[in-house]
Amino acid sequence: MRGTYRRRLLGPQNRHLWFWIFVGPFVLGLTLFTYVPLAWSAYLSFFDAHNTVSPTDFVGLDNYTAMLGDDAFTDSLVTFLVFTALIVPATYVLSLGLALMVNRLRWAQAFFRSVFFLPVACSYVVAALIWKISIFNGVRFGLANTVLDWFGADQIAWLSTTEPPWYWLVIVTVRLWLQAGFYMVLFLAGLQRISPRLYEAAAVDGARPGWQVFRHITFPQLRATSVAVVLLLVINAFQAFDEFYNLLSDARGYPPYARPPLVYLYYTALGQGQNLGLGSAGAVILALIIAVVTVVQARWFGLGRKED
Amino acid sequence: MRDALVGVGRAVRLVLLIALALLFLIPFYLLVRNGLSSEADITSPGWTFFPSELHWSNVREVFDDPNVPMAHALLNSSLIAVLTTVGTLLPASLAGYGLARIPYAYADVVFYWILGALMVPAAVTFVPSFVLVSTLGWVSTLRGLVVPTLFSAVAAFIFRQYFLGFPRELEDAARVDGLGYWRTYWRVVVPNSRPVFAAVGTIVFIGAWNSFLWPLVIGQDRDAWTVQVALSTFTTAQTVNIHELFVAAAVSILPLLVVFLVLQRYIVAGVERTGIDD
Repeated sequence: MRGTYRRRLLGPQNRHLWFWIFVGPFVLGLTLFTYVPLAWSAYLSFFDAHNTVSPTDFVGLDNYTAMLGDDAFTDSLVTFLVFTALIVPATYVLSLGLALMVNRLRWAQAFFRSVFFLPVACSYVVAALIWKISIFNGVRFGLANTVLDWFGADQIAWLSTTEPPWYWLVIVTVRLWLQAGFYMVLFLAGLQRISPRLYEAAAVDGARPGWQVFRHITFPQLRATSVAVVLLLVINAFQAFDEFYNLLSDARGYPPYARPPLVYLYYTALGQGQNLGLGSAGAVILALIIAVVTVVQARWFGLGRKED
Repeated sequence: MRDALVGVGRAVRLVLLIALALLFLIPFYLLVRNGLSSEADITSPGWTFFPSELHWSNVREVFDDPNVPMAHALLNSSLIAVLTTVGTLLPASLAGYGLARIPYAYADVVFYWILGALMVPAAVTFVPSFVLVSTLGWVSTLRGLVVPTLFSAVAAFIFRQYFLGFPRELEDAARVDGLGYWRTYWRVVVPNSRPVFAAVGTIVFIGAWNSFLWPLVIGQDRDAWTVQVALSTFTTAQTVNIHELFVAAAVSILPLLVVFLVLQRYIVAGVERTGIDD
């Protein structure tokens, strides 16, 4: 009797049950640790919540108006824009260039691919340490200033010079080094999917190998990969925190410049005062901006549309 | 004439590649160079590419220094990375399989619920997640560092895409043998899907080992510091010896380099397989 009951309940014909046995734990965890915090954040953003997670003072949209009227917050958005304008094209060009060069190698391809991919294993903290102390040190024992010295140029205080803003060179190169290899692999995958027949046809039509073939065959064929790469680059740029925090903050705190949104939120919500209501409002604004940017970009590039 | 031009082009490309490869390797070299130098060599105004002598004792010094809780931080990072990897693979792979293979009227709704979370950047939710974790009393605990990071929409998505392409014939054979969903999954599907588990696993492991913002927010007590938090704390402090800092940093990337070199082809395959470029 029991056996039949058990079989009726747990048999493969009871698909609803099995679906939820497989998918349920994940959906539950995802809901608890992604959607609940999001909802909670939205709720907190309407309250005055200093140092507390169970606030009582409803303040309506005050946190939002405070955040949007705060120069430090709007400056952080400008910082993000500058960062994106520098890092996205730089990474795109370098990773595509690396992929093109590595792809056509007849020997040592695995070696070069590994060398360029190796930094992916390195953390932003470690890379920032090397960049800050060993390469772009403001005093003479840094590599960059030593090289400048060979050419008779003056030393530069890389991370504390704001006119001109030399710190951007440090911030951009560190991320470029860390992520170019990852996007190179995406481009390599894209390149391998291009049919050799297209190249043969191009050769028959008299296209010169090199720039012409790249412009008329390779680049258009990589369109889907390019769209995904740019999308990922922008989303990742929005989440920049590690390198900014580690390159620029020191025992005296964080300098007033080059605070991207997450760094600003970190200090608002978890620094002195722990203004969680204000921090939550900032997080909601940021999430909305990212959502809009993602959707607009996806629409713009026609992501998800079927290729014809 | 044309062959000569092609030959020149090839040579230029090779020189460029070698130069770029050297540039990419220099930071690794600097890490080791500074780690094995004396403090005087690192801070000497007459910077040289090679240190005047190698100090292998620096490695011992780091682990003996009471100001640098390196051994403890390494232990924390290892525990977190291993637990996160195992804890991510299990629920995400089950969910991916369920979504790909068990017919259910509302499967699409559930899938969009997961896709929606994919759009939410994890880093933006650190404020509310911190609120949640501190409400649970998990700040500075292993649970607080691991559990909230386990439910990765990306991992579930990759598994779903992979299982959609899994050959049905194998499962049909199991079905004929009278196996239900559960046993089919464990006895047939999992053993035949090792590459995707290895790929997702290494990506998750690297992410967990290198993650910084979440451990910084949650691991507030010194005892809960991960390697990354410990290193960052020393970079911004002024009391630590620079050579020790570099040894610690070099030690911190060793486990990943090993994982990386052993499983490299899976990582690359995994990156290619995410399907994001289709």
